[in-house]
Amino acid sequence: MGKPVELREEIFKSTEAAVELLGYERPFKAQVEIKGKITPDMIEEISRIKKEPEWMTRLRLRSLEFFYKLPMPKWVKGIESIDLEELILYVKPEVALVKDWDDLPPDLREYYDRLGLPEIEKKLLAGLTTVFESETIYAKVKRYLEEKGVIVMPIEDAVRKYPDLIREYFLKIFPSTEHKFAALHGALWSGGVFVYVPPGVRIREPIESFFLIGRSSEGQFEHSLIVAGENAEVTWIEGCSAPRLSKYSFHDGMVEAYAHRGATVKIVTIQNWSRDVINFNNKRGVAEDYARVDWVEGSIGSKMTYVYPSTILKGDYSTTRNTVIQLAKGPVLKDTGSKVIHVGKMSRGKIINKSVSVDGGINTYRGIIRVVKGAKYATSNVECEAMIFDSKSKAYTYPHNQVDEPTATVSHEARTGRLSEAQLFYLQSRGLEEDEAKSLIVLGFLDEIMVELPFEYVNVLSKVIQLEFKKLGGYG
Amino acid sequence: MGLEVINLSVKVRDKLVLKNVSLTVDYGTIHAVMGPNGSGKSSLAYAIMGREGYEVVSGDIRLDGESILSLETFERALKGIYIGMQDPPVVPGVRLSTLIIAALNKRSGEVELTKIRNPRVVRDMNVVASGIGLNIELLQREVNVGFSGGERKRSELLQAILLEPKIAILDEPDSGLDIDGIKKVAEYIGDLRSRGKAVMLITHYARLLQYVKPDVVTVLLDGEVIARGDSKLAFLVEERGYNEVRKMYKGA
Repeated sequence: MGKPVELREEIFKSTEAAVELLGYERPFKAQVEIKGKITPDMIEEISRIKKEPEWMTRLRLRSLEFFYKLPMPKWVKGIESIDLEELILYVKPEVALVKDWDDLPPDLREYYDRLGLPEIEKKLLAGLTTVFESETIYAKVKRYLEEKGVIVMPIEDAVRKYPDLIREYFLKIFPSTEHKFAALHGALWSGGVFVYVPPGVRIREPIESFFLIGRSSEGQFEHSLIVAGENAEVTWIEGCSAPRLSKYSFHDGMVEAYAHRGATVKIVTIQNWSRDVINFNNKRGVAEDYARVDWVEGSIGSKMTYVYPSTILKGDYSTTRNTVIQLAKGPVLKDTGSKVIHVGKMSRGKIINKSVSVDGGINTYRGIIRVVKGAKYATSNVECEAMIFDSKSKAYTYPHNQVDEPTATVSHEARTGRLSEAQLFYLQSRGLEEDEAKSLIVLGFLDEIMVELPFEYVNVLSKVIQLEFKKLGGYG
Repeated sequence: MGLEVINLSVKVRDKLVLKNVSLTVDYGTIHAVMGPNGSGKSSLAYAIMGREGYEVVSGDIRLDGESILSLETFERALKGIYIGMQDPPVVPGVRLSTLIIAALNKRSGEVELTKIRNPRVVRDMNVVASGIGLNIELLQREVNVGFSGGERKRSELLQAILLEPKIAILDEPDSGLDIDGIKKVAEYIGDLRSRGKAVMLITHYARLLQYVKPDVVTVLLDGEVIARGDSKLAFLVEERGYNEVRKMYKGA
């Protein structure tokens, strides 16, 4: 299969530096307050409970060091405080588990009822069961993948069962030195999925994380690693369309992806965290020669979301398509931005960012296209479309290009639309109430990701959006 | 009974755009409303639809004998009044087919607006679209995004047919169309009448009226009704011009 070549430090450094240059949007001033302290002893205990090999324990401890050394990123605003001691409690296994439908908070249960889902789906989406109530369906899928040599398992199990394989990639694609919260993740990571597709194997049906995460309410620091061998193909879907139960209000997850020569990895995420969650998600993929890493991200919930799906186009003729759709409705901040780093010749990047700002919501696009010298004839295009529904809401765009290769072509198109009185009148004249008109527009915006989802998700996602806009209000 | 506009006066930003206008559109008839730009034709349509900014100062608007002044725009639409706009806006993010399906679902009380309950709806859309000369591809495009003027007009007519309103107000449904397009539009408007709809046809020129004969013609000038008659009035206006006609009818 071939070992992944060490990635140049300078690429990472330059990414970080560029991020610092990007500046801030106006409304938020507060700096983050971090209460309590995580000690190395606490980390060692976590590692012990998880029965991890020594290299993993050392990796965690090194990450902890970086967490304390690294400065607070300037682009993170508005998080009032993070209580580390509370978080640490959470990370210990078994604590945050919700085993029973009755353990769910009543308003969450009511929300599922309003979605009109059958019992089975409700439980699935709440992450209470990993499978549809039919054992045979799960067993069939499991067998089919096993026959192909595909490894799909909770990542902690993979650390124990395939340590050498994990060690080649884990925290190498997205090192803890990147920024403070990546380091925090590195120290506290817990839960997540490992997917490995052997060379030449093409899995056409998307692998959905629900089949695998036995304890999905443990999703605070989940770490998922998706690796495709040469010429392999895999699509992985994470997340659900209904609000995720969250015991604690800070989420700092990570997804690392690696596409070996000629391989294709596509990662689809629908985030709908409940309204009190501050959501960080660190995502990065690497594409070798002729390989492809695609990201599709739909961000609906949470109080604040910071996610910057990134691809390093390491190989020649490597490509990436990076689609992020974000909804900020109410006093919510979505700060996202796709990053593409061109190293390989003839590498191609396409970024699509669409945002909808409603009722005081704020969307920020903070993208980076970096073309390293030598990435001959690289092409990169960014399409940003912002839709602002009212004067309280905002959309900001801070695109940043750093192009050091004269033969490269980098282009950017940005459009901002405001919901006009004429548009609203037009839809109302067809019989739609104002809220219905707005949800229709948002659904249209989400179209680009709807086509990527299996049918069941599309159904639920549509219902969720319509609920969001009904006078009853969404969850949280 | 249809639609009745009774002594209606309307203000837009403190300017009186309609002065004491009265007219009736009966079911199974076409009532043409003619006038130059700025005469208040579109304002009349918007006032009937309850558009924000169009303030009714006095008078009444009734549907089947009941006043609709207290109803919001969407309620008037659900009661069966449709407006094909003169200059329909682009609505990015919403496909034309989605809009039509949502509108139909709303009328049938379906809670999930975008769900296609009956696949026949899609077939009907395609059939009518082809009939009026609207490229079926446009059904999958975002409403009016990249549509030519003529395509927008056809889209407005398409909706007038599919949504099955009781009252169809069509504001300049022929602008941007060539002769063949106009004839087609005229045919479908005549069809709306045959099916018992009350059609208010707003038009600047008499051209369209050569292909679909109105039952009543009202002429507006400076927000006032200056003349009313049958289809011959339309050609009189065309021949003599609005000011002449005003002079002619002032005495009457």
